[in-house]
Amino acid sequence: MTPTSLAAVWQHLNSTPLLWLCITIAIYLLAIQIYKRAHNNPLLLPVLTSVIMLVILLLLSGTPYEEYFASVKMLHFLIGPATVALAIPLYHQLPKLKLLWWPLSVSLSIGALTGLVSSALITHLFGGSAEMLLSLLPKSATMPIALAITDYTGGEPSITAVAVAITGVLGSLMSMPVFRFFGFNNPIVQGIATGVSAHAIGTARLIQSNETKGAFSALAMCIAGILTAVFMPVMLLLLKVLHWL
Amino acid sequence: MPLLFAFFILLLFQLAGEFLMQLFAIPLPGPLAGMLLLLLVLILRKGIPPALNAASNWLISHLMLLFIPAVAGVMLSFNALKSEWLPFAAGMVIATFITQFVTAYCLNRFFKRRKRHDSN
Repeated sequence: MTPTSLAAVWQHLNSTPLLWLCITIAIYLLAIQIYKRAHNNPLLLPVLTSVIMLVILLLLSGTPYEEYFASVKMLHFLIGPATVALAIPLYHQLPKLKLLWWPLSVSLSIGALTGLVSSALITHLFGGSAEMLLSLLPKSATMPIALAITDYTGGEPSITAVAVAITGVLGSLMSMPVFRFFGFNNPIVQGIATGVSAHAIGTARLIQSNETKGAFSALAMCIAGILTAVFMPVMLLLLKVLHWL
Repeated sequence: MPLLFAFFILLLFQLAGEFLMQLFAIPLPGPLAGMLLLLLVLILRKGIPPALNAASNWLISHLMLLFIPAVAGVMLSFNALKSEWLPFAAGMVIATFITQFVTAYCLNRFFKRRKRHDSN
């Protein structure tokens, strides 16, 4: 093998999913180590550090996102069965759930409604266009629900997807400081509020540290996502009456 | 073998969720419907098979890895967001905080009231 074939080797590796799959997992393992070393500092949340490292690598190597995504589709696909698997922690929490169904339904409804109203209000106040407002509305819902909602309202799907991702990361970052500052110490309160505001990314973070928090976060993400979709037609009507659209 | 079977069960429930939502034109994502279906079946059979427990815990504990491909899509929107970055950023940070705070406050009030009730 001559040194000139190195470019050919790179080209070959780029055409199989293997290379970027290995890079993604390696980056994730590294991000976990960094997170642990820094005593779980929320600013070093593995999703955040992994994505930053990865985007830098993609830009440096000149790899288009579409090409990258095609190679790591397998990982993305596993979100489906992993979501189904959240039924198991939920099942473990069933006795608590039975006792709390009434306050939980009230706070989840209020939470989903607050997500919609606050998103519309803030985006409008800061001079966002109607399209931006529509695209940001479902940002606290989990990705598949949010995209289905944007499809229905006529927002821009790519902005919704980014907004959902950033909301998840931001919501996970601010959750513990917010809970500590306001003295919300109950693990059920923390789980529910994280699930409503930071959907699956918040759930993924909580479930690594505490099963109760993670399970209630999964429950909140599921119910609040459904409620967001249910409230949407009313919300659209309200926005039209206010002439914000 | 038991692990493969457990993985198969998860996929099967996702498939069932996907199928039912399409059939009845319910705009709920298939995986979430599958999760509710599996929960229902676990309640009916009153327990979790150990292999399903192990496979699920493994998959869930690396949920963050699975989100990396989707979140990296942020790099596509750098340009699109330049023109409206302020309402976008403000909507993100402030609205997420408000949602988190209001939800936690509501539920926390309930727990506090119940505690006071219990101690009386």
